[in-house]
Amino acid sequence: MINPFTHKYMNGREALGFAILAAIIFVLFPLVLEPFRLNLFGKYLTYAFVAVGLVLCWGVGGILSLGQGVFFGLGGYCMAMFLKLEASSPENTAIQSTPGIPDFMDWNQLTALPWWWEPFNSFAFTIFAVVAVPVVFAFVIGVAMFRRRVGGVYFAIITQAIAAILTILIIGQQGFTGGVNGITDLRTLHGWDIRTDEAKTTLYFVNGVLLFAVLFAAQFVRKSKLGRLLIAMRDQEDRVRFSGYDVANFKIFVFCLGAAFAAIGGAMFTLQVGFMSPSFVGIVPSIEMVIFAAVGGRLSILGAVYGTLLVNWAKTTFSESFPELWLLGLGALFIAVVMAFPNGLAGVWAEQVAPRLRKLWPGNAAAPENTPAE
Amino acid sequence: MFSDYSMSELTAIFAMQGFAGLILFSVFVLMALGLAIIFGQMGVINMAHGEFMILGAYVTYLLSNFFEAYLPALFSIYFFIAMALAFVVSGALGMFVEWAMIRHLYKRPLDTLLATWGLSLILQQVYRSVFGAREVGVTIPDWMIGSLPLTDMIEIPINGIFVMVLAVGISVAVYVMMYRSRWGQQVRAINNNRVMADAVGINTAWTDRMTFAIGCGVAGVAGSAFTMIGSTGPTAGQLYIVDTFLVVVFGGAGSLLGTIASAFSISQAQSILEFFLSGSMAKVLTLLTVVGILMLRPQGLFAMKLRK
Amino acid sequence: MLDYNNPNFVLMVEGLTVSFDGFKAVNDLSFYVEPNECRVIIGPNGAGKTTVLDLICGRTKATAGAVAFKGHDLLKMREDQIVHAGVGRKFQTPSVYEDLSVFANLELSYPKGHGVFGALFFRRDQAVRERIEEIAEMIFLKDHLAQKAAFLSHGQKQWLEIGMLLIQDPELLMLDEPVAGMSVAERKKTAELLNRIIADRSVIVIEHDMGFVEDIATRVTVLHQGKVLSEGSMDRVQNDPKVIEVYLGH
Repeated sequence: MINPFTHKYMNGREALGFAILAAIIFVLFPLVLEPFRLNLFGKYLTYAFVAVGLVLCWGVGGILSLGQGVFFGLGGYCMAMFLKLEASSPENTAIQSTPGIPDFMDWNQLTALPWWWEPFNSFAFTIFAVVAVPVVFAFVIGVAMFRRRVGGVYFAIITQAIAAILTILIIGQQGFTGGVNGITDLRTLHGWDIRTDEAKTTLYFVNGVLLFAVLFAAQFVRKSKLGRLLIAMRDQEDRVRFSGYDVANFKIFVFCLGAAFAAIGGAMFTLQVGFMSPSFVGIVPSIEMVIFAAVGGRLSILGAVYGTLLVNWAKTTFSESFPELWLLGLGALFIAVVMAFPNGLAGVWAEQVAPRLRKLWPGNAAAPENTPAE
Repeated sequence: MFSDYSMSELTAIFAMQGFAGLILFSVFVLMALGLAIIFGQMGVINMAHGEFMILGAYVTYLLSNFFEAYLPALFSIYFFIAMALAFVVSGALGMFVEWAMIRHLYKRPLDTLLATWGLSLILQQVYRSVFGAREVGVTIPDWMIGSLPLTDMIEIPINGIFVMVLAVGISVAVYVMMYRSRWGQQVRAINNNRVMADAVGINTAWTDRMTFAIGCGVAGVAGSAFTMIGSTGPTAGQLYIVDTFLVVVFGGAGSLLGTIASAFSISQAQSILEFFLSGSMAKVLTLLTVVGILMLRPQGLFAMKLRK
Repeated sequence: MLDYNNPNFVLMVEGLTVSFDGFKAVNDLSFYVEPNECRVIIGPNGAGKTTVLDLICGRTKATAGAVAFKGHDLLKMREDQIVHAGVGRKFQTPSVYEDLSVFANLELSYPKGHGVFGALFFRRDQAVRERIEEIAEMIFLKDHLAQKAAFLSHGQKQWLEIGMLLIQDPELLMLDEPVAGMSVAERKKTAELLNRIIADRSVIVIEHDMGFVEDIATRVTVLHQGKVLSEGSMDRVQNDPKVIEVYLGH
C-alpha cells in the first residue's frame, strides 16, 4: 500500500536513475571517448535540453510545440553574437573595408554595427539575453495563443509556421545575421580559445552540469502540484478551469520554461560547436527534437536524455556509413514510436526490462510493483 | 516608391503582379483542397501531404517520358491522362496509409502529425532513390507554351491560365463532392458525430478511408498541375506544407469557401509585396500577418459559432 | 437595472440570452435563487438547461442579459474568477483527472496555491491532508485515496467530482444530472450525500429523475425552448397544465 500523504520530490528509484545518468555523463563518456567524440556527445547533450523541455510541455502538459528550434536558435544566436564580436576586434579584421565589425556584415556592405548588436559586447548582457530573449518571445506567443485558447494541432501548426518565418528572416537578412551560413568562425571567450581540445572538454563538463541543473528543475516542476496540474489540464482542461485555475497562465509558464531550457542548450551548442546557423532553427530540426523526447519516452525526464543520445548517435553512425538509409530509418522511427512504443524507451524499460531485472534479484522477487498514481 | 513609375507602367505592374498572384492563388487552392478535405473534414493532420503532391508530379513526369518515347502522336493530350493517373496513384497510396497507420490514430491528432512526418521522410528518401536528388521537369505540350498578349504591356502565360482553369475545375468538383453528394453528406455526418453516424448505418471506417484517399488523390492532381509551371524534386513537398496548413487554418477548418478566400488573400498579399520587397521579406511579412490574425481570430476567417 | 447587491438573493439571472448562429438556445431567461435554496431545473431535452449552467459559470459567453452573484457581475468574469467568487460546477459526464490518484484529484481542487508560483511551491501540510480526508469520508472514498481515478466506478467518479467541488466550499453549487448512470444503491447514497451538502449553501440541480427531484427540491423551474415555462413548488409545477402538456404528460 502506498502512502498517499508522503510527498517527495524524488524517490529512491528516481535518485538512482539520476546517479546512473550522472555516472554515464561525467565518468563513462570522458573515460572512453576521445576528445573529438566527447565533443560530439556534448553537442548531442545540448539537444537534450530541448527534449527535457518538450517532456514538460508536450508529454506532461499536452502542448506540442513544433517550434522549439526557434528558442534553441535564439539562445545560440545570442551567444554567437557575443563570440563573433570578440572575434571581430579591429586587429583581427584589419583587412576589411570596415574593420571591427563581423566579416559577413563587411561582405554585405554594412559600414557600422547595427544598434541591436551593441549590447552583445557585454558578456553579462549576453548571459541575460540567452535566456531572456527566447523566454520573452515564448511569453508573447504563449499569451497570444493560450489566452485565446488556441491549443492542440493549431498550436503545433502555428509554432511550426513561426519556425519557418524565423528561418526565412535569418536567411534573408544576411547582412545582420550571417544568412544561410549563420555566424561562424567563433574563436575565443574572454580571450580563452574555445577551439582547443582542453577547452572543449571543459565546456563538455560545464554543459553536463547545466544539463543536470535543468534536469533537477524539471524534476521539481514535475513533482510539484504544478506538475500534477499540467497532467490534469492535458486530460480535463475544463475541470481544471472550474477548479479555479487560470489555465492559460500555467501553459504560458511551462512553454516559457521549455523555451528557457532550449535556449540554454542553444548557447552551449554555440560554445561547443563554434557556430550557429539557421539550420538549427527551422521546421526540420524542431520536429526532430520532438522525436528525441518521443524516443526517450514523452513522460520521462531522464528518458529524454537517453532518447536524444540514442537518436543522434544513430544518426551520426548511419549517415557516416549509409546516408541514404538514415532518412528511411528516421521516418520509420517516427512511425514506430507513435504506433508501437508511445511511451518510448522509458516505457519499454518500465514494462519489459525492469520487471525481469527484479525477478533476477532474489531478495526483491516478492516486492510488488509500486507504481504510484500521481 | 511609386514616383519612379508612370501611371500606365504602374497599372501594368499591378496587373502583372495581380496575375502572378492569381497563379499563386491557383497553386495554393490546389494544394489546400486536398488538405481541406483531410484536415477540415476528418481533423487529421497529414504532414506528408506535400509528398502526395510530389507523387502526382512524378507520375506526370514518368508519363511525359513514356508518351514522348512510345506515343508521340498523343503527346499533346498526355497531360490529362497523367492527371487522372496521378489521382489514382496518390489516392491508392492514401488508402493504404489510412489502413496501415491513420485509422489507429484518430483519437491522437498530435501523434498523427508525428507519424505522418515520419511517412514524409520515408517518401522523400524513396523519391530520391528512385528519381535521383536532382529536380526533374516535364516536357510541356506545344499548345501550352507561350503567352496571350492582353495589351502591349501585359502578357499572360498560357500554362498559368491552364493552372487557373484547373484550380477552378477541381474546386467545383470538390464542392459538389462534399456538399452535393451522398458521400459528402456522410463525411460531414461523421465529422459531426461519429458514434451516431455509425449507429445510423454509415460505414464510418470505409468512409474515412475513402475521404483520406480522395484528399490524397486531389493532392496528386495538384502535384501533376505543378509540373506545368515548375520542376519537381524529392524535397519540394516539404516547402509547401507550412503554406498549405496556414491557408487551411486561416480560412477556418471545415469551410471550403474559407479555404479559397484565404488562399486568395494570402497569395495576393504575397505577390504584391514581392514587387516592393525582396521575395523572402514578402513571405515573412505575409506569414507574420497570417499568424498575427490567427492569434486574434483562432477559428479562422470563416467559422460557425457552435453550441458546446 | 439589476441591483447586484440585493441581499435577498444569492443568484439573480435576468434577461439571459444566448444565440448560436441565430438559434436562441436560451431566450430572455430570468430566475432568482435565494440563500440555502435548492433549485431544480427540469425540462425536455434541448430546453437549454445545461446551457444555462454554462452561461452562469462562464463556459459560454452570453449574448444579452445579466447574471449577478453576491455583488459580482458573472458575465464579465473568467471561469476561474467565477470559481473564486464561490460558484462550483459539476458536469454532466463525470470529469475527474483519470491519470491522477483520488488524493491528487482532491488536492488539486483544494482552494490554495492557484497561481503559477503558488502551485509550484505548494506544500502538502497537515491542514490540507485533514481536509482531504474529511471530504473523502463524506464522499465514501476514504479507502480509495491512493487509487487512480481511472479505476473508480462510474458512480464513484460522480462522487469524486462532487467532492472536488465540496473541498472548495462554494456558496453556490451547480450540479448537472448528479445521479445519471448510477445504480439504485448508488443513487440512494448520492441522495443522502446531496441532502447533507445542500444544507448550508444554495444549489442548482439539473435532473430528470422525478423521485429524486421531489426529494431535494425547494423550488422547481421548468425550462422549455430556452424560456421559463413554469416555476414554483414541485406540487404547483406538477399540476401546471402547460408543464403537463410539454413534459410530464408524455
